[in-house]
Amino acid sequence: MAIRVQAEDFDVGAELAALTAGNTAIGGVASFVGLVRDIAPGSQTGGDAVGAMTLEHYPGMTERQLAAIEAEARARWPLDAVLIIHRHGRLLPGDRIVLAACASAHRAAAFEACWFLMDWLKTKAPFWKQEETAEGSRWVAAKDEDDAAAARWSTRTP
Amino acid sequence: MRILYFAWLRAKIGMSEEEVALPAGVATTGDLITWLASRGPNYADALANRAVVKVAVNQDYVGLDHPLAAGDEVALFPPVTGG
Repeated sequence: MAIRVQAEDFDVGAELAALTAGNTAIGGVASFVGLVRDIAPGSQTGGDAVGAMTLEHYPGMTERQLAAIEAEARARWPLDAVLIIHRHGRLLPGDRIVLAACASAHRAAAFEACWFLMDWLKTKAPFWKQEETAEGSRWVAAKDEDDAAAARWSTRTP
Repeated sequence: MRILYFAWLRAKIGMSEEEVALPAGVATTGDLITWLASRGPNYADALANRAVVKVAVNQDYVGLDHPLAAGDEVALFPPVTGG
């Protein structure tokens, strides 16, 4: 079980190296890194400039939900290692928000499981983003396409 | 019972958590939201659109027909936007 919810940044290379260290049965690692964008949909043509983003979360439930998502991924794919790191607090454009990584003997399981982790995380893990723009702070709205992306995997629920 | 609020629900209600004694007649999460919405304009505003209020009891997602017990930790929050 490798779930971390933290304010601090993380070193992607070091994390991926640690994930596979000592297990030579692993044939590949697929990973996703989410970053803070400097533009969000808004009133300006082409979008509103985002100066910063603050991530709020529900301590306790966040870890519980991420652990459930990891367990579901491990039940669906033959994974040797799984890592989810998600940051909270105030972040600036370009900052890393999240790292999801899956290690497996073969690439298909690693790619699919990593995609699954992110799709389920976006609709189940209790995080909320608040953007700072020239017009003030505003809460980011959930997107229908994120629900649709998560629903693709819903042959079973945890 | 401990009730937690997050994101814009927290901002609109004006607090992040509170302890409440479960009133008679409040048996489910749906009952609880209806009762909370009657407690003042800040609650009514925050809870006006039930479709965008998610509910967790003891840190698991539940529906509006979930039964409540005195020692539960209930959280109300908008649809999540992490990742």
